[in-house]
Amino acid sequence: MTREMAMEPRVPTGAEKLIQCLEREGVEYIFGYSGGAAMPIFDALVDSDIKLILVRHEQGAAHMADGYARATGKPGVVLVTSGPGATNTVTGLLTAHMDSVPMIVLTGQTITSMLGKDGFQEADVTGITYAVVKHSYLLKSASDIPRATREAFHIATSGRPGPVLIDLPKDVTQGPCDAPFVDEIHLPGYTVPTHGDAAAIRRAADLLTNAKRPILYVGHGAVISGAGKAVIRLAEKLRAPIVNTLLGKGAVSEALPCNLGMLGMHGTAYANKAVDHCDLIMAIGARWDDRITGKLDEFCVDAVKIHIDIDPAEFGKMVKPDVAIAGDARLVLEEMIPLVSPADTKAWLDQCEVWRQRYPLRYAKQGGLRAQHVLDRLHAVTRGDAIITTDVGQHQMWAAQFCLSTTNRHWISSGGAGTMGFGFPAALGAQLGCPDKKVWAVVGDGGFQMTQAELATAAIQKLPAKCLIINNNFLGMVRQWQELFFDNRLSGVDLVGNPDFVKLAEAYGVKAWRIRRPADVDKILAKAHAYDEGPCVVVAEVVKEDNVFPMIPAGAPLSGMIIEKPKEQMAKPTGST
Amino acid sequence: MSSPTPMETPSRRRALARATPMTPATQSADLHTISLLVRDAPGVLVRVAMVFSRRGYNIESLVVSPSAQAGFSRMTVTCSGDVAILEQMIRQLSKLVDVVHALDHTTSDRYETEIALIKVRCEGATRRDVLEIAEHFNAKVVDYAPESVILRVYGSSEKLDAMVSLFSPEQIVDLVRSGKIVMARALEMT
Repeated sequence: MTREMAMEPRVPTGAEKLIQCLEREGVEYIFGYSGGAAMPIFDALVDSDIKLILVRHEQGAAHMADGYARATGKPGVVLVTSGPGATNTVTGLLTAHMDSVPMIVLTGQTITSMLGKDGFQEADVTGITYAVVKHSYLLKSASDIPRATREAFHIATSGRPGPVLIDLPKDVTQGPCDAPFVDEIHLPGYTVPTHGDAAAIRRAADLLTNAKRPILYVGHGAVISGAGKAVIRLAEKLRAPIVNTLLGKGAVSEALPCNLGMLGMHGTAYANKAVDHCDLIMAIGARWDDRITGKLDEFCVDAVKIHIDIDPAEFGKMVKPDVAIAGDARLVLEEMIPLVSPADTKAWLDQCEVWRQRYPLRYAKQGGLRAQHVLDRLHAVTRGDAIITTDVGQHQMWAAQFCLSTTNRHWISSGGAGTMGFGFPAALGAQLGCPDKKVWAVVGDGGFQMTQAELATAAIQKLPAKCLIINNNFLGMVRQWQELFFDNRLSGVDLVGNPDFVKLAEAYGVKAWRIRRPADVDKILAKAHAYDEGPCVVVAEVVKEDNVFPMIPAGAPLSGMIIEKPKEQMAKPTGST
Repeated sequence: MSSPTPMETPSRRRALARATPMTPATQSADLHTISLLVRDAPGVLVRVAMVFSRRGYNIESLVVSPSAQAGFSRMTVTCSGDVAILEQMIRQLSKLVDVVHALDHTTSDRYETEIALIKVRCEGATRRDVLEIAEHFNAKVVDYAPESVILRVYGSSEKLDAMVSLFSPEQIVDLVRSGKIVMARALEMT
């Protein structure tokens, strides 16, 4: 071998180039599960500083990446193999897509010459996932890797964030790639609104200034854009109350007097009453979801509607706005604030305060251990300073009601998709992204069992995330609907046969406690909160049958909100679900 | 599910009247012609089609062809449906990463045309009638066979409909239509 030849660097493989691209994007962790078609990529990871978090199921990987992304604002990265490995991420893609979470999913694929021939572990992954990604790539040449990777990160993290999938045939990752790194992006079909239209902002400011009963309706877009401070400045200048959505929790502290907290199906009665009586409602990074509006024809009929959204496709989808402003929530508000004048809202704020006093959130203190009590105390023990992730169902709504969010990106919950099994893996991702934070997953016994295998991942990584299982041995939310609307004919909701969750955790080497009596709640939650040698599980054995109130039945108007269980049987809800 | 027009209550009217105006209201129509400039990338057709299929909308015609710019294609889609939903679908089309723009040409000043190939069965005495119709519609006979002819005709979709309707279903052996193509007049963007 000549000296010159020895000096010449070896051409990297596609997989090595891919990993170098990820390093250039600042990726710290990859959540993954190996398999044949992804082997070159896993091989390239051996020499990288990027840490592989080996999960126990690909769905867990997607939710971990999601939790990491929501907690940090940085994209979560998933690496799985072809076929079933890839399809197991579909629920995670849907979850991230519905909630605008930046995520990169790398899937191995059969070799290009075998595409479409039903080779072993082949699935048309780009085809299967079109509906649940912001964008996707099927790379047929290694030279496309640097460009596609740069584009994928740009698309996933800019504008309205979302998941981007890159399907990587094994010959592409195994073969040489001498394409240079890419910094410049050329995407003529992709524009990101930033500053809103000045005329629209001026008109919105006029309407706000002249409103007598304005309300600021804050959603996930405000969390993503970091618009919280601007929302508070606007609210203070206008003297307008704030409400937030389930996913908007934390953008503006729910402990502030100007924030009436969560609105919608299981929101606070005072938030919903305020929305029902306002004369102007301004959505800030929120999309008038059916869980918010109830019966659309009767939603804020008398109110002026302003909609700020970075995604113009949301305008007019549910509610036809009087003013639509396409732009980043924070930038738009910062331009709007100087244009508004304090509105005459004293009577309105007084009225909101009356509602707040008259309809507080309540729960029964006697008759066994109640989920609301446990979550109320969790808020006290964490002093509102922990990152809280949830699963989906009654516990999610109770957590949303009682665990007030005070900090941006500290509330992580599957809203749009309503994905059971999300909460626990999302907490692990959040803990990796925020190692100095206390992280609590609040889950139900149903959802936890969908991704409980990630107890192994938590234990191996020694992640000090805490998992609070609200165990009522029921799929409680569906049971609640069956009780209220289906003559209490219980069907498919009894989780008889649940394992002993304490023993289950211990089998994975995970510390676990059980709460049976209300008197033990504070003590055990405090112990778990302080425990940081690794993951721990707290199982709260709560009363079997309890209901989440307030409640606006699906398809009912906001005025149809029920505060407690009605005496008579209710008609079946007309709304979608 | 449609987006209801906000009900005009007195307080809403007053509030809106006071504020500075912004944009004019949009027009409504039934059959829409949408022109898209798209990146010539695999999957772009599926992504566009899914915006329609997800809502259960049927595409009446779809023409995909190269554009003047290398690496980009032109799509012309005609479909019918509720105006408010179509407006939103156009925004969803524009949102696709591979779609450079999506424009509704339903009410714009544009030139439209379509081409059709019609294979008509004709022997002996009926041939004269067929050729008469062809002549009337400025159609050209592009294939002359013992028992059939192929007629090529172009013009507005309505003209093509009218010509096709003059033949009985038994006479028409085959019909291929290109689908409507459209171009904005003068220097407006298509």
